[in-house]
Amino acid sequence: MEIVPLSHVLIFACLLFVIGFVGVVVRKNTLFMLMCLEIMLNAVGVAFIGAGNVWQQADGQIMFILILTLAAAEVAVGLALLIRMQQRWQDLNIDKLSELKE
Amino acid sequence: MQALLSLSTLFYLAAFVAVYASLRVVLQNNTVHALLYLVVSLLAVAVCFYLLGAPFAAGLEVIVYAGAILVLFVFAIMMFGLREDETRIAPKAGQVRYWLMPSLLALVLFIEMIYVITLEESKLSATATTIASKEVGALLYGPYLLAVELASFLLLAGLVAGYHFAKSFAGGGR
Repeated sequence: MEIVPLSHVLIFACLLFVIGFVGVVVRKNTLFMLMCLEIMLNAVGVAFIGAGNVWQQADGQIMFILILTLAAAEVAVGLALLIRMQQRWQDLNIDKLSELKE
Repeated sequence: MQALLSLSTLFYLAAFVAVYASLRVVLQNNTVHALLYLVVSLLAVAVCFYLLGAPFAAGLEVIVYAGAILVLFVFAIMMFGLREDETRIAPKAGQVRYWLMPSLLALVLFIEMIYVITLEESKLSATATTIASKEVGALLYGPYLLAVELASFLLLAGLVAGYHFAKSFAGGGR
């Protein structure tokens, strides 16, 4: 019983990934950049789950679980860094981090 | 046959909701509203996982992503105490040139990717067959045992780093 072609699943994953990427590039607020990173990781998960379903292998879901742990660790470290950033500059603008060049 | 039609319709509907909510996350000005849209997007992706025959992954998506990680975001927003919505979308008049070119190049790559995906009329198609969580667990603690250990190390490192960076907030030691 077929639901959708694999190409549509992959296009969906690509669309989510591009939305997340454009968000990371366009937004200046670091919190929003973290959220868009979450969207990108999620898109990769969609691709893995879709491929795992097409070939009827459980490996896709295992890769998704690994991506999940990666996302959890990334958010923990990222938000802790953001807390430090907020303490120091009272601002979450990513441009505040460019003082190394001055 | 009726059920088949409705399954694919459900998938496309959930995919549309996910894409729309993600777009709203990117375009949103209010932090908490963006967070709520992110929750909606993750839940829609969880529905897609369920329809793709991965109920275990769908449950994990709801519990870990929409539950734990988003609660972490909410806690962070509470600690930031965002009085003003200091969320500015970058496109101010003079700054467009900074992100326009990367976005255009990414768009070109995206179109290429779509073209390649749709180029060959492959007969591969997602089915409604469920991959049971038992199978996933057996594989996870069989061939992938090393990866599980590495993931546990990664989580431990994340825990230590999070504690270390956020500690001085209360302790005072820089």
